[in-house]
Amino acid sequence: MFGATLVFALLAAVTACSAGSSVSVPADPDAISIGFTAEPANLDFTRTDGAAIPQALLYNVYEGLVKLDAGGKIVPLLAREWTVSGDRRTYDFQLREGVKFGNGQPFTAADVKFSIDRVKTEWTISLKSKMDVVERVDVVGPAHARVVLKRPSNNWLFDMTTRVGAMFSPSGVADLAGNPVGTGPYAFATRKRGDSIVLRANPSYWGRKPTYTTVYLKYYKDPTALNNALLSNGIDVISAITTPDSIGQFETDTRFTVLQGTTNSEVTLSFNNAKVPLNDKRVRQALMYAIDRKAVMATAAAGRGTLIGSMVPPTDPWYEDLTRVYPHDPGRAKALLAEAGQPNLRLRLRVANLPYAVSSAQVVASQLADVGVNVSIEPLDFPAVWLKQVFTDHDFDMSIIQHVEARDIVTFGNPKYYWGYDNPKVKSLLAGADTGTPEQQVAAMREVARTIADDAAAGWLFLFPNLIAAKTKVTGLSGNLVSESFDLTGLGRR
Amino acid sequence: MILAIARRAAIFVVSGAVASVAVFLFMAVLPGDPAQVALGINATPELIARTRAEFGTDRPLATQYFDWIGGVLTGDFGRSYVTRDLIGPQLADRLGVTLWLVGTAMVIALVIAVPLGSFAAVRHRKLSGTVISGVSQLGVAVPAFLAGILLVQVFAVQWRLLPSGGWTPPDQDFGGFLRGLTLPALALGLVQGAVLTRYVRSAVLDTLREDYLRTARAKGLRPGQALVRHGLRNAAVPVVTVLGLQLTTLLIGAVVVERVFVLPGLGSMLLDSVAARDLLTVQGIVLVLVIAALLVNFLVDLLYTVIDPRLRRS
Repeated sequence: MFGATLVFALLAAVTACSAGSSVSVPADPDAISIGFTAEPANLDFTRTDGAAIPQALLYNVYEGLVKLDAGGKIVPLLAREWTVSGDRRTYDFQLREGVKFGNGQPFTAADVKFSIDRVKTEWTISLKSKMDVVERVDVVGPAHARVVLKRPSNNWLFDMTTRVGAMFSPSGVADLAGNPVGTGPYAFATRKRGDSIVLRANPSYWGRKPTYTTVYLKYYKDPTALNNALLSNGIDVISAITTPDSIGQFETDTRFTVLQGTTNSEVTLSFNNAKVPLNDKRVRQALMYAIDRKAVMATAAAGRGTLIGSMVPPTDPWYEDLTRVYPHDPGRAKALLAEAGQPNLRLRLRVANLPYAVSSAQVVASQLADVGVNVSIEPLDFPAVWLKQVFTDHDFDMSIIQHVEARDIVTFGNPKYYWGYDNPKVKSLLAGADTGTPEQQVAAMREVARTIADDAAAGWLFLFPNLIAAKTKVTGLSGNLVSESFDLTGLGRR
Repeated sequence: MILAIARRAAIFVVSGAVASVAVFLFMAVLPGDPAQVALGINATPELIARTRAEFGTDRPLATQYFDWIGGVLTGDFGRSYVTRDLIGPQLADRLGVTLWLVGTAMVIALVIAVPLGSFAAVRHRKLSGTVISGVSQLGVAVPAFLAGILLVQVFAVQWRLLPSGGWTPPDQDFGGFLRGLTLPALALGLVQGAVLTRYVRSAVLDTLREDYLRTARAKGLRPGQALVRHGLRNAAVPVVTVLGLQLTTLLIGAVVVERVFVLPGLGSMLLDSVAARDLLTVQGIVLVLVIAALLVNFLVDLLYTVIDPRLRRS
């Protein structure tokens, strides 16, 4: 008691002098501060992996020929329009004219060729393989680029909406890590490592001028520090709340608006399909019947996520509700385990040491214990240790991790991927979906989703929610997170 | 006197050299190839070889060490594997933030501890002395990060008087700099102040029992006067020792406080670099921290001789 009084008396004395110059001074109305949890290591997404760089730069500093809109649809960006040939191998892009890079160079079809060719030669991250399907790029005219593929591929056009489709200028790639140059509405201004990146409106932008002329992207490793920054008027927007439990304090405060939507992040209970005992479909199915995913989501995401029954978020064109494939049915789980000859199963659940994964693991373990499955939980340091032991060495029975990439259902067509799922039917369906018409694609992808759900190739616990908290004055934020970008172009103010 | 200083300087230089070898070897034996880690899981062997050559990690260890330490001596700490930035300027920038934080915290701690500790010693049989003792005991038990979280809750989130975190360089906006520094420096300084208060109290208590103080009082000085005129200088020797030791703890406390308050200091740089397995950067930071600790020890030794002339002869 004395301690508290003394401390507060001291504090009051120290802060009294600064009370007049409160932090919530009328800020520059043309500036906005947005808080993130992951800071880019550098600004070169051609040589450094990770989601933080495209989150900051894609659609804001860099633009592609096409982009993904808030509804998950592919729409024109630097290409005004495009046509696809009858054999679905040739794409003719008509480019927007009068577009300039941040360094003043005009954007032409030659830059399209330069950018796409450069993915194959200079990029070092694994995503570069998305361009392997390109046979060549022709410069038909200054505003007409033709891309010829080795075989038809729907995935290719979708991938062009991601960072691999970003357009670069040959005179702007000297220092990508420190000075990115693109055609976007914003240009990179400064960065303070460990603190922030500042973007400024590009005065010669071809499109609609952004509402905010200065954007501060501020980085907070600690989720509580990020929340406190918004609560104390240090920032205007929390880009994504990683601890869903904490959203209540923003919902009850009239200063803020809270948006809730979906993501591409399937929180997945991965099974090692290639190894005894989880190579037995009945065992995997038994585990699915044993787990009450609603309870998992309640604990790990404050009930705010979306239940999904396969590796498809609702924003993909081939989504259908498959959540009822495995209803919570412990009796059925026990029966299946007995049938498979595994009444006393012991499994290693090696999870990333991240809050959602550890809390999900505890619920999963206790529910599996109810049907006689003994689960030992081993949290692994993420990313280094988890990537090495689970992802690369396949040394696990089960794991829990968010799979954040868009349309990552295609990993079930790769038997070498860490879940070791090998099904020729899925492989051929995926290949057919890629080469077929959009209608054939949707039909084939639905079939893939149903097949892997029926096989219990993995357990889809829930889709992680996209939770955004912002000052009420900020408009134009998108609830669903569909692309790799934190898209600043639509932001406005009341 | 000069010999004593020279001997201590020599010890400082030799320990620094030994520490640099230890830090280098420790990083070298850590599992994991920095080139592989930097490139990610799907990197091809050719690319890894190219990157290793680029980093220079394909050369013999001794060559790497002398190359590194030779660079460090001229202020060149090399280039980060992850951010591809020069490490030296980053380090200097981050060290600046940490020094402001630790320095201010130290001043706060001293401003609290010296008067309160002395007062508690002089009044050690009275209620007021006992209360100060008790309160400082309480303060010792509070970790700096908890103090930080409490301060943020009250002054940033509830009252919105001060920012909850972030850093403004003093040359950019001095008012903003002070507002940003206040809470983290308090979080560290209050806790340190509590720790130090206890040491000051016991050092002063010991001094009060000395003969020369009894003599001073016999000449008619009141206890407080006697202490200020004759005792504080003597009580300072053990306090300076503790101060030196505490400065190292303060640096460690700064690592945590920097995370709570989102300060781009050395501590947060260390945490980020460890997480990203950016070994060359970690190596540079650890060396700087070790040298800082050695330097503090060296300075404490020097301070002794200034405070207590008797020690000059040893």
